[in-house]
Amino acid sequence: MNEADILAVIRDELARLAPEIAFETLDPALDLREQVDLDSMDFLNLLTALHQRLGVDIPDADAAKLASLASLVAYLARKGAAPPP
Amino acid sequence: MPSLGADMEAGALVEWLVKPGQAVKRGDIVAVVETQKGAIEIEIFEAGTVERLLAEPGATVPVGAPLAMIRTEGEPAQAQAIPPPVDRPPPAAPTLAPAAPPSVTHPSPAGRVRISPAARRLAAERGLDLAALTGTGPGGAIQLADLPAAPPAAPAAAPFDFSQMRAAIAAAMSRSKHEIPHYYLSDTVEITAARDWLAAANAERPPETRLLMGALFVKATALAARAYPEFNGFFENGAFRPSAAVHVGMAIALRGGGLAAPAIHDTADLSLETLMAQMRDLVGRVRAGRFRSSEIADPTLTVSSLGDRGVEALFGVIYPPQVAIVGFGKVVERPWVVDGAIGPRPVVGLTLAADHRVSDGHRGALFLAEVGRRLQTPESL
Repeated sequence: MNEADILAVIRDELARLAPEIAFETLDPALDLREQVDLDSMDFLNLLTALHQRLGVDIPDADAAKLASLASLVAYLARKGAAPPP
Repeated sequence: MPSLGADMEAGALVEWLVKPGQAVKRGDIVAVVETQKGAIEIEIFEAGTVERLLAEPGATVPVGAPLAMIRTEGEPAQAQAIPPPVDRPPPAAPTLAPAAPPSVTHPSPAGRVRISPAARRLAAERGLDLAALTGTGPGGAIQLADLPAAPPAAPAAAPFDFSQMRAAIAAAMSRSKHEIPHYYLSDTVEITAARDWLAAANAERPPETRLLMGALFVKATALAARAYPEFNGFFENGAFRPSAAVHVGMAIALRGGGLAAPAIHDTADLSLETLMAQMRDLVGRVRAGRFRSSEIADPTLTVSSLGDRGVEALFGVIYPPQVAIVGFGKVVERPWVVDGAIGPRPVVGLTLAADHRVSDGHRGALFLAEVGRRLQTPESL
């Protein structure tokens, strides 16, 4: 999947957690959780959904580094995100 | 009509999920009621057969009034009313006038398909054809897990009437501050052991089975509450009644404002894995506007945990008729003295607000210290 596809999946999952946000207004370089007001349970649910939909292993030790939308997309692309068969 | 909160005077029946003649057992969800907290699934507390439904969907029913008659096993003829599923009388009227009963929306009937209310609501939201779904629940009932993954979501309407919820919070918290002589204690607890244990426990787990620090906080509090019963129970009719069970009410913030603190039943007996799974389930359901009557009615002690964002300490307001609330701030790294040397350590601000009619600061301090002590041996939580 390319980065645009990955971004679309993230957008989809964020809409479930935070239906009221306008995805287009998010700054990809800034802290995603601060911008969208995601608590630790929300973020864990986001990672769970991304893990299941993209088949990417996201170790807990890496999760803390994925603060911004840009870093999250780049990480998933690097790890070979692909929809499950 | 059960009392689903200190401030509740009546609830509006949304729908029946049972019919006359149907057998029910303890814990079955029999009806959905709309309250200021949103739609709540009403569980039955007795086994038997539904004899007669007394309230029509759409009706506003006062707390304590019968909703239906059930015939218990072995009881031949005229039946008894379903008792409210709380064994205490409705609390005293709040000092603030409650807002008008919320308006009721009738979900469209979906034939004779067996489906849980939460699944029914989600299926209706998504316009799914119930006949095309296969249920795996009791009696082939369709459950949430049986629904296909959501399509790209359109922003859903808020499941709550936030002005109603704000009125409910205001009534309960005003009553609390009028009636309960709060005292407050605060401590800072070093949690290196818990952090390291959690990192090791999560290292090999996929996100769906990972634990959050909040689960350790809730479990540590529940275990400590067993040893300090004067913080776990209800103050009603001028007397404190400790609870043998520990049902921690978990404060859950809602997007857009408001909060709810429904119970996790028998918290102290749950493994961390089970507790975490229940916390995830509860947060998901509460934020979707769906929780069960027993979860609302019977928390014995509340825990409010701010997670890893926010501030370092929160001082809670006790939710009556409970007598204590334990607060956890966010975990922060701070200089800490260990063996005469200063080093960075993760610490958490731990607070207690408790009811002076029931306990004093000395016991409160011991209770809070016990919570902190439990966190030093995370492997035993």
